[in-house]
Amino acid sequence: MGLLSDPNRRRALISLLTRLNAPICVVCYMAGVAWFMGLAFEPFTLRTYMSENAMGSTMVEERFPAGERALGTGREFSAHKKKAGGMPVDWLVKTMQSRGLEVFTQRFSRRLPFPDEDKERYMVKGTNVYGILRAPRAPRTEALVLSAPCSPGDDNNQAVGVLLGLAQYFRNQVFWAKDIIFLVNEHDLIGMQAWLEGYHHTNTTGMDWSPLQGRGGSIQAALSLELSSDVVTSLDLVLEGLNGQLPNLDLANLFYAFCQKIGVLCTTQGKLQRNDWDSVSGYSHAVQTMMLMVMKQASGRPWGDHGLFLRYHIEAATIKGINSFRQYKTDATTIGRLLEGMYRKLNNLLERLHQSYFFYLMPSLSHFVSIGYYMPAFGLLALILLLRALDLWIQLATPPPRTEDGVADAEQMSSPGVLSVLTPLVISHLTGVALYTLPIHFQEIAVEHFPVSETEAVVLTAIAVYTAGLALPHNTHRLLTGRGTENGWKVLKLVAVLYLAVLLGCTALINFSLGFILALTLVPVAAFVTPDVPKALSAFIMVILSPACTLLFSVFLFQELQEMPVSFLDGWMLYLSVISQGILDHALYGSLVYPLVALLVYPCWLLFWNILFWK
Amino acid sequence: FLGEQCCTMKILTLLSLLATHLSASSVNIEENAGQFFSSGHTNNWAVLVCTSRFWFNYRHVANTLSVYRSVKRLGIPDSHIVLMLADDMACNHRNPKPATVFSHKNMELNVYGDDVEVDYRGYEVTVENFLRVLTGRLPPSTPRSKRLLSDDRSNILIYLTGHGGNGFLKFQDSEEISNVELADAFEQMWQKRRYNELLFIIDTCQGASMYERFYSPNLMALASSQVGEDSLSHQPDLAIGVHLMDRYTFYLLEFLEDIHPSSKANMNDLFKVCPKSQCVSTPGHRTDLFLRDPGSALITDFFGSVRKVEITMETINLTEPIQQVDGSVSDGSSVVPPGVHR
Repeated sequence: MGLLSDPNRRRALISLLTRLNAPICVVCYMAGVAWFMGLAFEPFTLRTYMSENAMGSTMVEERFPAGERALGTGREFSAHKKKAGGMPVDWLVKTMQSRGLEVFTQRFSRRLPFPDEDKERYMVKGTNVYGILRAPRAPRTEALVLSAPCSPGDDNNQAVGVLLGLAQYFRNQVFWAKDIIFLVNEHDLIGMQAWLEGYHHTNTTGMDWSPLQGRGGSIQAALSLELSSDVVTSLDLVLEGLNGQLPNLDLANLFYAFCQKIGVLCTTQGKLQRNDWDSVSGYSHAVQTMMLMVMKQASGRPWGDHGLFLRYHIEAATIKGINSFRQYKTDATTIGRLLEGMYRKLNNLLERLHQSYFFYLMPSLSHFVSIGYYMPAFGLLALILLLRALDLWIQLATPPPRTEDGVADAEQMSSPGVLSVLTPLVISHLTGVALYTLPIHFQEIAVEHFPVSETEAVVLTAIAVYTAGLALPHNTHRLLTGRGTENGWKVLKLVAVLYLAVLLGCTALINFSLGFILALTLVPVAAFVTPDVPKALSAFIMVILSPACTLLFSVFLFQELQEMPVSFLDGWMLYLSVISQGILDHALYGSLVYPLVALLVYPCWLLFWNILFWK
Repeated sequence: FLGEQCCTMKILTLLSLLATHLSASSVNIEENAGQFFSSGHTNNWAVLVCTSRFWFNYRHVANTLSVYRSVKRLGIPDSHIVLMLADDMACNHRNPKPATVFSHKNMELNVYGDDVEVDYRGYEVTVENFLRVLTGRLPPSTPRSKRLLSDDRSNILIYLTGHGGNGFLKFQDSEEISNVELADAFEQMWQKRRYNELLFIIDTCQGASMYERFYSPNLMALASSQVGEDSLSHQPDLAIGVHLMDRYTFYLLEFLEDIHPSSKANMNDLFKVCPKSQCVSTPGHRTDLFLRDPGSALITDFFGSVRKVEITMETINLTEPIQQVDGSVSDGSSVVPPGVHR
């Protein structure tokens, strides 16, 4: 007889499952964490390689000569920027036209839901300027984008200078098969969002922008340049985009290949690669690089102007020039050559980049871990939830042992009504909805009654709603008819565990880092909470492992990993600004982290809080 | 009186010598006339095919064009060349030197020139079209330039290049021709008396697999690599950004540049082109189906269109019937196949 159809074997299997459930869960958890940590160990990773045949090797001759002139243009741009007090639109239009591009501008304006204290803006009005270099002989069906942000102050002047220098050099070449769009966007991400929405005729975030007068065909790839000094010591590649989406790995491979050919120092996450993978410090360096990528991806925010392109299936990355204290400096001509080489190779593309991986982690620029290798770490954590669900199902399905007291029997046997499960669900989700909507809508009332700014009002309202949710269990009980039955909490826990499994699974598919970090903290909570554990201690542990505290610890960890540790007070202020940025990202660009946490993860966690206080 | 006799003797000797000489040279003329028709072919054709498209396959087009260039230089006219190029590299948007296809780096040799006639271009290069060209089964509307109008006295050169594997050659990234199909096509050509002798050259990975299945007579085949080996490309040009030629055809071109129409180089020299030290792969050849000795087959028998001209003051008797291949005698009346009644 089969394993599951033979009643004896089934009973044996079931008893095995119930007896060993807790140990297996613990083992799975340790294995999942160990697997994740092992991903950064170099023998378990693969070297990066170019998958796209059309791009081939770095077999081009880069001849960009005008680095110094580009820096001069950057200085001119800086002067005009100071004079105009923002984007020097007329000067940019004139300069681009003199270089032979077709120049267009786009105006946009946006009122933020509440003031952004990090970037000090509330009513944002700006202009994007872009010039199109038409391919000399090709039809206008495809395009590449090179962008540099127009930042306030002294930032990114050299980036605009290099962009204009490259535009002039590219204009003299005849081998372009795609149009190249040179874009200077104002107000970084907001301007980029306006431009992309205008280009693709979508309006997902409610921004106000003027339609684009000139277009270049479907964009195949985009690079964003951030360069704030005349010489750099290294170039940093930023890959993480909106909602943790990553560009095709071939773009990173292309960048790395050219860095090696030209001899420029290249980093990812700002960390230089090391060769001693078998030493402890080498391994921990790789782990730090990977953890930085995981945290950046989990935050769901675009970490460079390129981050918004990814949503439109345009492979994009940001290249940042970093000037630190090293002997060997790279000048603007070399940077121009690197970009020229990359664009010549992208020019050879016949289809969109699709041969290499879209889901990966990079412990260093030359090694990567693909989805097939990192997903089992999450799978092991999800397994715990499934084992727990099976255990509860078995407990609910087995008839209770007969006792002499008929009354106790009757109480055990009465199946919990739908209401006793539905009520906590509904109330938790309503709390989630409150957490999602109240902070922004009640900011005026909050500002009236309390001496805080709007941003602080929003953040503090969010925290207040979150904490108020903790007081719920006692209220939910009153709504139930009588006290909760023994089986009631088991059914609720079964539903909650399955709900969490599905939620985390779907999140991990889209944004592995977010799913994994949430799983790390929520799975132990889900697995071990029952009404019978010691209340005070478990309540404390549950609060520590709740999404809000996870975020707090992540903020501190992130600062540590970047080698800029902060004191507790600074960390707390940073935490508050992270919350406000998360809400703003959702309103401005459509980031899904804030709604996910408020509407789905937080109610799920509340269900477990409910179970803890069932009796 | 003795002077007269001497003179007469001398004149007689001279006359007899002259007569012997004349009779001997007239015998030579007859022999030469016999030799004149011994090589068997009276016209030359070439079918040159490049089967890959896309900019990064620039070298395959350059391969085909270099063979085209040599073949034209040695005398085969465009009307006797069927040139099939699957993509247009000269006018590709990515070409930094438009209207050129280079075969040497530093742009020494432009094989595209200004008198290239491409007969099948772009998507017209398909397996079906290639086989139809070989076997002659083309729709009546096909123009003459797209037809292989060879007869039983034609020597044909067939050159294929592209991406291949063990037993197949890839056409246009979407279909393949197998070695069995190719062998059957050649057999059809033999049965329809469409060639006298055929030289088949292929420059792809595992090229030798393509001639393994040939079974028709008078075929000679060369390939750039054996089964299990890859044919490698020769040199990249950094200004253009692609590999310009494959190794085998590069050295083949170098070899052919030294051949002129009256060259007496023969096939054995051709087999020595691109040894393993230069090519990295091992070129192979097959001569078992070829009825003549490869040493007696000149390069110009296939690569050139050499008109044999001998100037003589003698008259040669050509009224004797010429023996045909099947033994029957041609005397002007039509030959009735057995079994068919008029």
